[in-house]
Amino acid sequence: MEDLTSAKEEKADQEVGEVGRPWEEITVASSQDPESGLSEPLELEQGPERGPQPRSSPPRSPQSRTSTPLDDFTGPDASSAPSPPQEAPSPPSILTLARQELGTPWQSDKTPDVDPKAGTPRSPHLEQSSDKGESTAPQTCQSEGNNFQQSQQTGHHLYGPEDVSENNSKQKELRFNIFQEEDSNSNYDLDCAEPGVSEVAPSLLEIAIQSAKAYLLKTSSKSGLNLYDHLSDMLTKVLDERPENAVDIIESISQDVKMAHFRKKLDTLQNENEMLPTYEIAEKQKALFLQGNLEGADQELEDEIAENSLPNLMESAFYFEQAGVGLGTDETYRIFLALKQLTDTHPIQRCRFWGKILGLEMNYLVAEVEFREGEDEEDIEDEDVPEERDDGDSGADEDDEDELPRAFYKTPQATPKEESRTGANKYVYFVCNEPGRPWVKLPSVTPAQIVIARKIKKFFTGRLDAPIVSYPPFPGNESNYLRAQIARISAGTHVSPLGFYQFGEEEGEEEEEVEGRRDSFEENPDFEGIQVIDLVESLSNWVHHVQHILSQGRCNWFNPIQKSEEEEEEEDEEKEEKGEEPDYIEQEVGPPLLTPISEDLEIQNIPPWTTRLSSNLIPQYAIAVLRSNLWPGAYAFSNGKKFENVYIGWGHKYSPDNYTPPALPPVCQEYPSGAEITEMDDPSVEEEQAFRAAQEAAALPEEMEETEEDEDEEDD
Amino acid sequence: MDSESLLLSLELASGSGQGLSPDRRASLLTSLTLVKRDYRYSRVLFWGRILGLVADYYIAQGLSEDQLAPRKTLYSLNCMEWSLLPPATEEMAVETSVVKGRFMGDPSHEYEHTELQKMKEGEKVFEEEVVVQIKEENRLVSVIDQIDKAVAVIPRGALFKTPFGPIHVNRTFEGLSLSEAKKLSSYFHFREPVELKNKTLLEKADLDPSLDFMDSLEHDIPKGSWSIQMERGNALVVLRSLLWPGLTFFHAPRTKNYGYIYMGTGEKNIDLPFML
Repeated sequence: MEDLTSAKEEKADQEVGEVGRPWEEITVASSQDPESGLSEPLELEQGPERGPQPRSSPPRSPQSRTSTPLDDFTGPDASSAPSPPQEAPSPPSILTLARQELGTPWQSDKTPDVDPKAGTPRSPHLEQSSDKGESTAPQTCQSEGNNFQQSQQTGHHLYGPEDVSENNSKQKELRFNIFQEEDSNSNYDLDCAEPGVSEVAPSLLEIAIQSAKAYLLKTSSKSGLNLYDHLSDMLTKVLDERPENAVDIIESISQDVKMAHFRKKLDTLQNENEMLPTYEIAEKQKALFLQGNLEGADQELEDEIAENSLPNLMESAFYFEQAGVGLGTDETYRIFLALKQLTDTHPIQRCRFWGKILGLEMNYLVAEVEFREGEDEEDIEDEDVPEERDDGDSGADEDDEDELPRAFYKTPQATPKEESRTGANKYVYFVCNEPGRPWVKLPSVTPAQIVIARKIKKFFTGRLDAPIVSYPPFPGNESNYLRAQIARISAGTHVSPLGFYQFGEEEGEEEEEVEGRRDSFEENPDFEGIQVIDLVESLSNWVHHVQHILSQGRCNWFNPIQKSEEEEEEEDEEKEEKGEEPDYIEQEVGPPLLTPISEDLEIQNIPPWTTRLSSNLIPQYAIAVLRSNLWPGAYAFSNGKKFENVYIGWGHKYSPDNYTPPALPPVCQEYPSGAEITEMDDPSVEEEQAFRAAQEAAALPEEMEETEEDEDEEDD
Repeated sequence: MDSESLLLSLELASGSGQGLSPDRRASLLTSLTLVKRDYRYSRVLFWGRILGLVADYYIAQGLSEDQLAPRKTLYSLNCMEWSLLPPATEEMAVETSVVKGRFMGDPSHEYEHTELQKMKEGEKVFEEEVVVQIKEENRLVSVIDQIDKAVAVIPRGALFKTPFGPIHVNRTFEGLSLSEAKKLSSYFHFREPVELKNKTLLEKADLDPSLDFMDSLEHDIPKGSWSIQMERGNALVVLRSLLWPGLTFFHAPRTKNYGYIYMGTGEKNIDLPFML
C-alpha cells in the first residue's frame, strides 16, 4: 500500500500522459510482492517524459519485471517495504524513496513507445497486465486479503479502458487511480485520499470523472465483478481474438468473459470428474489394441492365421458401406478387435458379427458364435416353468362326503426348449455394450420366450438384467428378451444367394416325415456365383438359411400330446381330467430350409424385401443390397460370390398397424357345474314373494301333514 | 446437419447404423454447394433420407439469415438434382394423416383412400364413398414438416436472438459442457416456441431471453421419448428420438460440432407408450 501511495505521489508530481499503464504497473507490482520492489513497476509507469506506455514492460514477464527491480532495489525496497496491507499511507518518506527508485530504473527500462492511442502496442501490454493481474491475484489473496486483490484487479484493469477512452485529461487521473487502489473497497472514499494529494485542487471536471469512475468500479453485490474490470476484460479479449463483426457478437463475448471469470477457481475439480469416463473407455480400448503384443512368437502368428475363426469384418464393412449401412470405419475396427478378443478367450469354431441393437441407455453389439465340437459351456440352466398340475389335489381338502369341486384347469405344459446346436439355439450369442467391454454370453432361448416375445413390443434399455414389465408377462429379463428377438430376426432375415448352401448328402431322400426335416446344410464348394443383376431383379435367387420358427416357438415341431400320455401312465393319483385337450394337435409346419425369399409373405401389399444396386452410376462394380421391410434394419449384400447379413436397429418388427396388447383371457370357471352344485342367482324380492305365496297356497290344504316343507322355503 | 461439415457429421452420426454410401456422399458434397449458390441460402442443411420401397428420397433444407424463419425443403432421388417442395399447409397435414404405411419412392405416386363423404343432392343427404387421391409429394411435405416440428433439435446456445427479432447463429458457441450435455434441458426444439408462454413467472425469471427462446426437450410427452447416450466415453452425446425412429442428433461436447439427421421410413412410432 505504501508503495502505491508513494507512486501516487510520484504521479501527482509528474505529468504523465497515460494513466492506465503506469497505474497498472503499480498495482501489479504491489500485488505481487509488497515487500519487494513494488515501486519498480511504478516507476516504469511513471515515466513522466513519455506519453505512451512503458513498453519496456511488455517483453518481460511480470515476474521478471518485479524481480529485476528487486535486485536493484532490495535495499531501499526492504526499507520501504511495509507489511502489506497498510491502510494508512505515510506519504512523505515513502514518496521520496519511491522517487529515487523511480528515477533510475525508469531510465533503463524506458522503451520509446509511441502512440498511446495505438491499439496494437497497447494490447500486449494490456495482456501482460491482465496476466499479471490474474497471476498475482491468488498471491495477493493470500497475503493481502480479498479487498486488496480486488483493488489490484481494478487497478490493473483500470488503465486499459481508461487509456482508450480518456486520452486527454489524464494527469489528474493518475492520482485518481491511486486513490482507488488505496481504498480496497471499490467505493472508495475521496476524502481519505485527499490529504495525500493536497497539492492539486480538483476541478469540477475531475470530480465528475472521478465519480464516473467510482461508479464504474462499484462491485456488483451479486457477482463480485465490477463494470470497469469487465469492460477491460472484454476489450482485451476482442483485441486479442479480433473476431469478424465484433459488434454483432459483443453480447456473447460479454457473457463468455463473465463465465470464464468464474470458472477459473473450479477448473481443476470439474475437469477431473468429467473426463474420467472418456479416459476409462480409452484405456479399455487401448487394451484391445495391445492384446496382440503379448508374447508375439512367430509360432503363434502362424497358428492364428491357420485357425481363422474370425471373419473378415473390414471387408464386410466395406461392402456394407457401399450400401450405406455401417457404423463408421473406426468403430468397426474396434468391433473387429473386440471380436478377436472374444475368439482368443473362448474356444470358438466360427464367429460372426451379427449386428447392433440400439437401446435407451446403452446399445448392444451382438456376435454370433459357434463353439467348437464338444466344447459347449452350458451355464446354469434357466429354470423352465415347472410342469405343475394345478388340479385340486394340491391343496384341496378331501372330505369323504363332501369333496370340494375340483377345477379342471391344467397349466399348459411348457414346451421344452430345443437342444443346443439345433433349431433356434443353433448359435450362441455374445453381447457387449461397447467394444472394449467384456462380452457376456446370452442364455439359450426357450419356446415360451419366443411366443411371448411375439406378443410384446418393448424397447431395450441396455442393461441385461433389466426386468421386462409387460402383458403377457415375459418369462425372463432383458437378456432373455434380447435373445428371443435375436432368434426371430435371424430366422426372418438371414438370407444367402441361391446355391451358396446346399443340403448335406447324408440326409437321404426323406423330406416329409416329422423327424426327417432337413436342418443342416453346408457350403457348396461348386458355387459359381450369381450375377449381381440377377440378385437384384429376382428375389428367388435368395434363400433363407436359418430355420423358420414355428408358432410353437421352436423350429422342430414338438408334439405335446405324446408327453402327456406318458405322464398319465406314470401318475397314479386320481385326476378328473375333463379331457379338454384335443387328442390330436395339428402339426405345425413351416417353410423348409433354403426356401427362396420370394415365398415370403407380403405385409399388407408391401413387399417384404427391397432390393437395390449399391450404385447406379457405376453398375459394373456395384453390389446387390437387400433391405428387409419386415424387420427394419436388416440388410444383406452380395457381390455374386460373397454375401453377408447384418442387423442394425431397434430390434422390433415392422407393422403398419398399431400394436395392440393382447386381451386378457376370460375368467375361468372355478368348478364344473353339475347336479350337485349349481350356481344360481339369488331370487329377487318379487320372486321370493311369489314363491312364498305359492307355498302357502299349497300348504293350506296340507298344513297338517308336512311341516318340513316350510323348511324348504327358507331361501338364502 | 450443415452441408459445410457433412463428412464429419456423417461420421459422428454413424452410430445409428444408417449412413450414406460413398457415391452419395460425393454427390451431396457437390450438389449442395450448387444448391446454396443457386437458391442463395445462407445455410444448407442435409436433412436426411426417407426410405421408400422403390427409391429413397434425399432431403435438404435451405435456411435464410433468420434461422427460425420457415425453411425451404428440397428433395432429390439421386443426390444430384434437387427439386423444391411446396411449403406445408394445414390442409395437407389433415389430408395425409389418413395415409399409412411406407413411402413408395415415386413422387408422383398417388395413394387412394376411400372415405365417406356427405353429398347433397337436392334435398337428400346421403353418404357416398369417395375415393380421394393423395399425392405422395404432399405426404412427403407434411411428414417432413411433422418431423421438423416434433423432433428437430438444437443445443442451447447455438442460436441467439437479437433484440430486433431475427435469430442468428451464435459464433461464440463453444459447445455444451459435459454436465450440460447429459441433460435434456440443454436441448431445444428447432422451431417456433409453443410452450414458452405456459411457463410460470418464476421459471421465466431464470431464462436468458437471448438464448432461451425455444422449447426445451425436457417436457416432451411422453416422458422418455428421447434416448440420450454418451458414446466413445464422453466424447460424443447422441440423442435418438423414439417417437420418430431414425432421427439422430449428435453433439461433441466442448466443440462446435452438432447436427441432426433423419434416416428412416418416415413413419411415426405410435406404439411408443407400450414400448417404454
